[in-house]
Amino acid sequence: MAQMSEDEEKLALARRFIEAIPHSRALAMHLEAIGGGHAVISMPWDERLVGDPRTGVIHGGAVSALMDTCCGAAVMSHPEAPAGTATIDLRIDYMRAATPRQRITARAEVYHITRTVAFLRATAHDEEAGLPVATATGAFTVERPKGEAK
Amino acid sequence: MTRAKPEPMQVVKQRRDAALRALVSGVPYIRFLGIEFDRRGDEITATLPFDEKLIGNPMLPALHGGVTAAFLEVTAIVELSWATLWEDVETGRIDLSAPEPVLPRLPKTIDFTVDYLRSGLPRDAYARARVNRSGRRYASVHVEAWQDNRTRLYAQATGHFLMPERPHG
Repeated sequence: MAQMSEDEEKLALARRFIEAIPHSRALAMHLEAIGGGHAVISMPWDERLVGDPRTGVIHGGAVSALMDTCCGAAVMSHPEAPAGTATIDLRIDYMRAATPRQRITARAEVYHITRTVAFLRATAHDEEAGLPVATATGAFTVERPKGEAK
Repeated sequence: MTRAKPEPMQVVKQRRDAALRALVSGVPYIRFLGIEFDRRGDEITATLPFDEKLIGNPMLPALHGGVTAAFLEVTAIVELSWATLWEDVETGRIDLSAPEPVLPRLPKTIDFTVDYLRSGLPRDAYARARVNRSGRRYASVHVEAWQDNRTRLYAQATGHFLMPERPHG
């Protein structure tokens, strides 16, 4: 068996973690990249996620779930290594309808972190480059490992 | 002056429930999450029955934040559409007894902000939305969600929506 590099090992571990989340599995989310407070997660178009049957456009709620997961993963990958995280708030702006039958890819970035709070920005694109389908900003908790000095 | 005899209450109720069903049953994502709607007069309560696939943190366990966001957004859209649809059904603009009734298009979300107040426990959740402003083009809706105790919200949200164009509006 080929030796995995440290980065590959980290990615494989994070992938198993994300895929162990029942709702992420239900939406068939796939972790593309992670590290240094950044994460990229994609999700296929699925008939069950359609919000407007006339157009086949995916429901905003499914895009929210993807963005939320991606932001949480970005926090966990931050070099300050939080022991856990939870969403405090998440605002999503819907720029345009996602093109039906196209994969949606979310990218999230921690742009500031304090001892207690992480601030995030995220975008979601379908397979067309340019204007995102949606953007998000959020605040997430930073849980410290037990026993760490305050 | 002759006045039409008022309709029996049961007929009105059936028509209202049929309008709500028509609105909800057409959306695959509502079925996917398993959200149900209950109507008492003009008040709609949404229920999200617990299911394993809604879990976001298997260690706690807790509902997925994205599920909560989706539940609140669905509730806001249904509440907002319901008000418009109801009017169209009562005035006869929309005939639900037609073989394939043409329902109005759904409002589009412009933005949606969710506050997570407590972690969502692995049990049923409930939500109610209030339309704070509904103009011809834009609407602002607030939604509250709770689990065991109506006064202990586990999440709330505010969203802005673009109303569908109504030809006879």
